[in-house]
Amino acid sequence: MREVAVIGIGITKFGELWDSSFREMGIMAGLAALADAKVSSEEVDAIYVGNMSAGRYIEQEHVAALIADYSGLARDHIPATRVEAAGASGGLAMRQAYLAIASGMHDMVVVGGAEKMTDVGDSESNAIQSSAADQQWESVFGATFPSLHAMIARRHMFQYGTTREQIAQVAVKNHLHGSLNPNAQFQREIDLKTVLRSPPVAEPLGLFDCAPNSDGAAAVVLCSLDKARRYAEAPIKILASAQASDTLALHSRADICTFEATRFAARKAFKQANIGPQDIHLAEVHDNFTISEILAIEDLGFFTKGQGGKAVEDGLTKLGGQVAVNTSGGLKARGDPIGATGVAQIVELVQQLRGQAGKRQVQGARYALAQNVGGTGATAIVHILGVA
Amino acid sequence: MTTARFWRDNATRYNLMATRCGSCGKVSFPPRHVCPICHRRSLGKMEMFRLSGKGEVYSFSLVHDAPAAFELQKPYIVAMIKMDEGVMMTAQLSDCEYPEVKIGMRVKATLRKIGEEGTGGVIHYGYKFMPERIAPPVETPL
Amino acid sequence: MSVGIVSYGAYVPRFRIVPPEIGRVWGSDGEAMSKGLMIFSKSVPGPDEDVITISVEAARNMMRRTSTSPKDIGALYVGSESHPYAVKPSGTIVAEAIEASPHLTVADLEFACKAGTAGIQMCMGLVGSGMVKYGVAIGADTSQGAPGDPLEYSASAGGAAYLIGSQDLIATINGTYSYTTDTPDFWRREGQPYPSHGGRFTGEPAYFKHVSACAKGMMERMGTKPSDYDFAVFHQPNGKFPTRVAKMLGFTDQQIEVGLITPHIGNTYSGAVPLGLAAILDVANPGDRIFAVAYGSGAGCDGFDITVTENIAHYNRDAAPTIKQLIERKKMIDYATYAKYRGKILMKEGGE
Repeated sequence: MREVAVIGIGITKFGELWDSSFREMGIMAGLAALADAKVSSEEVDAIYVGNMSAGRYIEQEHVAALIADYSGLARDHIPATRVEAAGASGGLAMRQAYLAIASGMHDMVVVGGAEKMTDVGDSESNAIQSSAADQQWESVFGATFPSLHAMIARRHMFQYGTTREQIAQVAVKNHLHGSLNPNAQFQREIDLKTVLRSPPVAEPLGLFDCAPNSDGAAAVVLCSLDKARRYAEAPIKILASAQASDTLALHSRADICTFEATRFAARKAFKQANIGPQDIHLAEVHDNFTISEILAIEDLGFFTKGQGGKAVEDGLTKLGGQVAVNTSGGLKARGDPIGATGVAQIVELVQQLRGQAGKRQVQGARYALAQNVGGTGATAIVHILGVA
Repeated sequence: MTTARFWRDNATRYNLMATRCGSCGKVSFPPRHVCPICHRRSLGKMEMFRLSGKGEVYSFSLVHDAPAAFELQKPYIVAMIKMDEGVMMTAQLSDCEYPEVKIGMRVKATLRKIGEEGTGGVIHYGYKFMPERIAPPVETPL
Repeated sequence: MSVGIVSYGAYVPRFRIVPPEIGRVWGSDGEAMSKGLMIFSKSVPGPDEDVITISVEAARNMMRRTSTSPKDIGALYVGSESHPYAVKPSGTIVAEAIEASPHLTVADLEFACKAGTAGIQMCMGLVGSGMVKYGVAIGADTSQGAPGDPLEYSASAGGAAYLIGSQDLIATINGTYSYTTDTPDFWRREGQPYPSHGGRFTGEPAYFKHVSACAKGMMERMGTKPSDYDFAVFHQPNGKFPTRVAKMLGFTDQQIEVGLITPHIGNTYSGAVPLGLAAILDVANPGDRIFAVAYGSGAGCDGFDITVTENIAHYNRDAAPTIKQLIERKKMIDYATYAKYRGKILMKEGGE
């Protein structure tokens, strides 16, 4: 298996992009990534597109073909593949591209993720997101996607004594980071009181515990490491790529306070990269809900199970802390166009490892991790990147 | 129109039908053809049976932000129920007030309207859970 | 062979609204209405309840008290004037939910407030003729009264289910007699949300004429008089009518007291006599004789002469809630909540 590197990144602003259509966002990010890599489209062997639900959001399936067409790559008839794993669509697209190059099948691949969520109303968007859970045995009974996470939060509080304030602190921290990120959907700091007083969505979680509906796209260019040095002085190496699955319904798990899929994928990733959680300087984790970040930092091994709340409260995951978590602002502040998120996480890791993260730069960043989750932990993708 | 999709699971939604693996005894809900533990060894050995309907609250939430279909009922309580047979399921809690719900509270299954496809469409019925003991009267309107 | 009741079960939703609260909204003296009707509160179904869910709960309660196998049920009838579907029977869902499907006959019935008792008579015939081993008859309603109309003070929700058979009877039905004429005292046209009624015409020429004729007709055929009975239950659209007709016929207040449940939960229409009879069976002893006359607008009466057997002594009544427990299980609501639950508020069609 060959080693794979990231040589280019591109990302749109995330937010309510009323003027941008799905195809416009997708190609903007892709072309930006190619420009960043200084690669011309003729050199691209294949594209992978992560997208959760264009079929329901904009009534368009077959989106890989759409992106290939509008980016001009279809003229060369390159293979274009759409990848879906709910919230983990972007991370899984990343993994598929990685496998394609590592296996020797392709040399140069563009991975994109995009989602256009604001062309439907909030109620419809929430219903679409519920299809990441078990439609027949969870959603249909009124268990909305936020309520499933609210139940995780309540159980975590019951089992480990995690407090409501500790959970809310995740949003405060991520907004602080977001205020340092010019591409973030929300660039304003918020305080704990605001989070605690926000309108209830599914108790105990409120509006500010939930990532927003967003439009946006992100893209990266991958190529084999030996070829990478032709394009970039400091290519960023993919040290590990791992994936795991778990039961679709949350009620089928043995313990709802742990995402076994994250633990399994993380274990495989650390083994492949030959490092441990203590070596990671920064991590982009899947905070679609505040409680999800607490689970993530425990399941990835940064903190013991049950201690995640305290870690956030003590500032250990803030910029400058033991491990900087979600320096981009995370899904909460940076935004969460579902299919784009997994790729946007990689974009942040690369910017940090290149030393190009500006005001949110993690000093001396050498090892970075991205964790991307689908549903309530039915899919987890973990990537570890490092300076080559 | 999702007539067939709901009709197919009527027995499970009305009567809490589950399967028990003839090989290892693991209970699955909804019924499965293959045991998640025994895999192929369980083929043809999955026994269908009815859950007792009794269990306890494992976790719960009060849903405010609900899909249009649940407009009349919100906010409503959704819970994960750990059944006495060991299996867990997700359902609404009915006939109780949010402040009285606790993790560990004993509940029993009942049949209620789960949804309908508009005022002219098929009505879907299925399980909700209510407290096992009859609650004391609530005299003043909320 | 003897035919009668093998088991029974009931269900009443927990929400209640009181007449003064209704009167407050319509500028009427709700307190006076309450006294005039002898109704102190009425039951209201929740937004996730309807005749089908009520029938299922009543039927399941009925099955919880007996060891009869649901597979031996050969017929099931649900009588109501508020079936959720105009076309598609409530009975098939009930049959499925008590695992009686598929080897049985099912149909839905309508005859205003006596659809449930009509079902009992049908089951008696099927069992008595040997065509089925057991039959289930359910009377349940979630009827509505038009906003501001007197009927709004009384129309409520509830139902009871009866397992009819010829073995292990807890009560024998000694005889049944019906009296039927074409009398349009109360009706609802297809597509109309609320019923219409003939005002005072619903009294003497309708309720009182038919109940008296049926009661007298039955006592004549059975060779009995009022004092032969330990309990009596008459159709109870309010607390006043049955009290008055009982007096007219020679029954005492004590005889009708147990079965008179409308003052507490309102008029459950097709559920009224079935629930009243259930209240009596909840406390009856072996040998007790019960006189029951149900009335349905349109109009007609079904009368029953019932004797409680020795078997009631070891009947597993505790396996399901009694009428008293169902009545006492309550949550008071205001008119706004009641209007919301009963679909009286104009909602937006479709999503956003």
